[in-house]
Amino acid sequence: MSVLLALENVEKRYDNGTLALQGVNLAIGEREFVSFLGPSGCGKSTALKMIAGLLEVSSGRIEWNDKSADHAKDISFVFQEPTLMPWAKVFDNVWLPLKLKGVSRSAAQAKVDDVLAKVGLSQFAQVYPRELSGGMKMRVSIARAMVTEPRLLLMDEPFAALDEMTRFKLNNDTLALWTALQFTTIFVTHSVYESVYLSNRIIVMAARPGRVIADLRIDEPYPRSDAFRATERYAQWCVQVSQALQKAGEHHV
Amino acid sequence: MSDVIERNLDATNNIANYLNNTRLRGKFFQKLLPFIVFFAALLTWELTVRINQIPHYILPAPTLIAKTLWDNLGSLMTSWVYTMKITFGALVLAVVGGVALAMLFALNKWVELCLFPFAIVLQVTPIVAIAPLILIFIDSTAAALLLCAWIVAFFPILSNTVVGLRSADHNLRDLFSLYRATPWQTLRHLLIPSAMPYFIAGLKIAGGLSLIGAVVAEFTAGAAGKDTGLASRILEASFRTEIPKMFAALVLVSLTGIMIFLVFNLVSKLVLGSWHESEIKSSR
Repeated sequence: MSVLLALENVEKRYDNGTLALQGVNLAIGEREFVSFLGPSGCGKSTALKMIAGLLEVSSGRIEWNDKSADHAKDISFVFQEPTLMPWAKVFDNVWLPLKLKGVSRSAAQAKVDDVLAKVGLSQFAQVYPRELSGGMKMRVSIARAMVTEPRLLLMDEPFAALDEMTRFKLNNDTLALWTALQFTTIFVTHSVYESVYLSNRIIVMAARPGRVIADLRIDEPYPRSDAFRATERYAQWCVQVSQALQKAGEHHV
Repeated sequence: MSDVIERNLDATNNIANYLNNTRLRGKFFQKLLPFIVFFAALLTWELTVRINQIPHYILPAPTLIAKTLWDNLGSLMTSWVYTMKITFGALVLAVVGGVALAMLFALNKWVELCLFPFAIVLQVTPIVAIAPLILIFIDSTAAALLLCAWIVAFFPILSNTVVGLRSADHNLRDLFSLYRATPWQTLRHLLIPSAMPYFIAGLKIAGGLSLIGAVVAEFTAGAAGKDTGLASRILEASFRTEIPKMFAALVLVSLTGIMIFLVFNLVSKLVLGSWHESEIKSSR
């Protein structure tokens, strides 16, 4: 598997002196589904925002394998909240990344329709976000991230605020999109169960200062369905990841 | 068995119809209530004046005010047009100046640090205190009145728009940054829509204040003659102890204030009605 990007000895210190991340070394492969798992304050979201270029790296560097290109066009971000523009209809929210690149409404129509169909919201293109449920809003957010056909999708605890049923459904939808479109995903979560179900690799992090303490490969085949959650293998993985997370708790400085 | 079901269905339909009718009547009554209370107050006023035989130079009855308004409609309307010109001229300038300066403040912290104290000085200084100075400094009375009304209307637009421009969701800002949006794209597609509810709230306040500013400034100017507004009519009438005429001009000022309020409420509904919580009717 070729490397998409690498974090080399990355450190982040905020202006108030807080050391959010220290000595992070990671190589993210093409088409990997990587979860960052750890307690609050372990720097998962900070790492994600630095990879997106939304935060400066204090020391160390983040290197893309393809050094020449501007990687802004390769990245999409899904936030913890749906982060939709309440004044714009679903279609206009999904069209936004293309509009900012100068793509006209008519030129973007087919692509927007396509991603809305992929997340099952074709009939809702002309409604305002307030008319949608929490799960549907998050699907719009995912559709907006998908419309640029990114190489790297960054997801910052996107389903944390949703109920369990909706979360399971969106887990499956995310996996279906990832399987179909073959982009790399970095998924931040607090949930052991979610990380095991989704990922083929889990990075366990410890807090104060944020650092990587375990790098686990979830060697299970895709596609995964709800039946996977009921298997012994799934339970064993959850135990193993939980133990690593427990150690992360003990590693607090 | 089917008879029982039919009877139950009929009963359910009757209850639903009754509830619908009650709800409609409730809504109709809710809309009518302010008018009923208003006319009851007018009636009480009229009866109080008539029963106690209060002289019209102390408190004229509403019917006498209405008659005076009708008899002097020509001259009062000329003055009303003049007041409206000052009011809306000041409001337009307040919107243009307030929004432009708010955008500068939002884009550049240094501009805000340098200019915000001046804006606060303008806001906290009573207009009646600076109006005489403005009238000395500026030859044209109309321009001086316009400036006075502008000073009063300007600050709510400025401060609300500044807060609005800064209230854009931080994650959406990050998203625009991630997609390499230009400053103009961020302003047009994110900051302006985010600021719109705040701007419109400022506009509602500024609309009323520009009318108050125009009237107060004219009182201070004490202008008389042909090209003067409703405040001058009130002053003239008070000098001549034509109290019903004073009230007639006052009624026009009040009606204008109500009209401005209603117009901006309508603007708010049109602009924000489809998406902002403040204008969305709850189904409860």
